[in-house]
Amino acid sequence: MEVTSDQVIQAVYETIYMVSVSLVFATMIGLPLGVLLVVTRKGHILENPLIFSILNPIINVLRSVPFIILLVAIIPLTRLIVGTSIGTTAAIVPLIIYSGPYMARLVENSLLEVNAGIIEAAEAMGATPLQIIFRFLIPETLGSIILSITTATIGLIGATAMAGAIGGGGIGDLAITYGYQRFSTMTIVATVVILVVLVQGIQSFGNVLARKIRRN
Amino acid sequence: MGSVQAIREETHESLPSNGKKIEPIESMIEFHEVHKSYESGGATIEALKGVTLNVHRGDIFGVIGLSGAGKSTLLRTVNRLEQPTSGRVIVDGNDLSVLSVKHLRSLKKNIGMIFQQFNLLSTKTVFENVAMPLRLGTTSHKEIQERVGELLSFVGLTEKAQSYPNQLSGGQKQRVGIARALATNPSILLSDEATSALDPQTTASILELLTRVNEEYNVTILMITHEMNVIKEVCNRVAVMEQGAVVEQGNVLEVFANPQTETARHFVKSVVRDDIPSSVYKLLEANQGRSKILHIRFIGESSGQPMLSQVAKRFASDVHVLFGNITELQGVPFGNLIVELQGSEREIARAYQYILQQNVTVKEIS
Repeated sequence: MEVTSDQVIQAVYETIYMVSVSLVFATMIGLPLGVLLVVTRKGHILENPLIFSILNPIINVLRSVPFIILLVAIIPLTRLIVGTSIGTTAAIVPLIIYSGPYMARLVENSLLEVNAGIIEAAEAMGATPLQIIFRFLIPETLGSIILSITTATIGLIGATAMAGAIGGGGIGDLAITYGYQRFSTMTIVATVVILVVLVQGIQSFGNVLARKIRRN
Repeated sequence: MGSVQAIREETHESLPSNGKKIEPIESMIEFHEVHKSYESGGATIEALKGVTLNVHRGDIFGVIGLSGAGKSTLLRTVNRLEQPTSGRVIVDGNDLSVLSVKHLRSLKKNIGMIFQQFNLLSTKTVFENVAMPLRLGTTSHKEIQERVGELLSFVGLTEKAQSYPNQLSGGQKQRVGIARALATNPSILLSDEATSALDPQTTASILELLTRVNEEYNVTILMITHEMNVIKEVCNRVAVMEQGAVVEQGNVLEVFANPQTETARHFVKSVVRDDIPSSVYKLLEANQGRSKILHIRFIGESSGQPMLSQVAKRFASDVHVLFGNITELQGVPFGNLIVELQGSEREIARAYQYILQQNVTVKEIS
C-alpha cells in the first residue's frame, strides 16, 4: 500500500505544526533560562548561587533523558496540560520540555561568548542589570542566538519523528509506519527528501538572518 | 576652562625640584588607605596594600607600573567595578563606600572610562555606540542626535557615524571609545591602558586627543599605563606602583629628574636613556685619570648647554660631550649629558668645582 499525496501533505502539516508551536514555547522558556544561567553564575551581574545551583542540574537532568522516554514518562503531565495524552497536540508538551532546556544551554553558550569587557563597559556607564541584558548581552549575541534557535529547530524536527509513538503523526511517523513497517521504499525516499529540504531551508534561513545581524 | 589652565600653570611654577609638596588645589579623586584582597586558588592575593593618592581637579594623573602591580584594580575602585576590601575612595566629594547602588549608578554618569580593548558593541554603529550611555538615561532623541554629532566631530569621526566598529582602525575605535566616555559630560575620565594596543603614531594622536579632552572639556583624567612614554607625553602628575603599593608619586618632572626607587628609575630609563654607554668606560680605561668624565642631569633651559660653554670659556679645560639625551617634559627641557673634561689637573678641578655650583646634578664616572 502506497501513501497518498494527501497523507504526505497532512504529515508535513503535522510536523510543521508540532515544530513551530513547540519552538515558540521552547524559546520562551529557553531564552530566559539561558540568560539566567549566565547572569546568576559566579562573578556575573546578578550572581546568585542558589538560582544557579538549582537551575543547572534541572537542565542537565532534562537534557539527559532520551526523547522517546521523556515522551512516555511525562504522559500524566501532558494529560494535565492539554487534556489528552495522544495526538499531535499531545506531542507538543514533551517536545517543549525536551527542547526548552536544550535551547537554554545553547543560549547560555552564546551569551558566554560576550567579551567580559563589554559588560565592564556597560557597568562603567551605570547600566542596570536589565539594561546590560537587553541592551548589551542579547544584542551582541543575537546572531549567535539565532543560530542556536536554528539548531534547536532542526533538533525538534528530528524529535517529532518519535512523536508517532504517542500518535503525533508527522513526516517521521509516515516514514516509519509506511516506509519501514510496510516496506515502501518510495515513502522512505520521499520523506527523506522532504526532511532534507526542510532542514536545509531552515538552516539557510537561519544563516542568512544571523549574518545580517552579526557585524563581526 | 580658565581655572584648569590656572591650576596647570600653578603646578608648573612649583615645579623646580625643591622637594616641596604642592598644596592640594581641589581634590577630584581621593584614595585613603585603599586595600583590596581576594581569594584565588586558596591563596589570598593582596592587589592593593593601602594606597593613598590624591588626584586634583584638572590633573592628567598617570599611574604607572608593571602588570600585576595593582594599577588596574586601583583604577576600577573609582567607578566601583572593584570594591575595596577596606579604605575609602572619595570621588568629587562623594564617599563611594556609603553610596547606595542607585546613587552609585548616577555617579557613574560623571565618570567616563576607556579601555585597552575599546569594548565597543560590534553590532552597533559608531553613532549608536556613542549614544549608548545617553540611551540608558532619559535623554531625548533630539538631544542625543546633537550630543553625538558634536562628540563625533570632536574626535574627528563625523564621516564614520554609520560605520561599524569592525570597519575601523584601532585608533578610530579608541576615538569612538573616547566619544562614548564623554557622552554624559563627565568630569572624570578613567583610561585603562588606552593606548597599549596601538602603534606609536596612533598612540601619539590619541594622547593628543586626551589632552584636548582635559583642556576643552575640563575633564580630570586618571590613566594607568605601563608605558613611561605616555606619562611623559601627557601627564602632569604621576604615581609609580609596585606590588599593590604606591612607591613613589609626585610631579612628572620631579619623578623624571629624581626617581627615588628602582622601579621609577627603570621606567624613567625607558624614555630617557641615562645609562653610561660602554664606549665611555673604554675611554675611561684608556685615559687612566688624565681626564674627568661627568654625568650631568639638568632641568630647564638655564642649565646644560650654556653651562658647558661657560666652562670652556672660563677654564683652560676642553669639554667633550660623549653622550647626550635631551627631552622635553611639559615644555621644560630635561636632559642627561656625559662630558669629558680635559686639561691640566688643576683646571679640571676648577671646572669641576664650577659645575658643582650650577643648578644641575653631577656625578663623576669612575
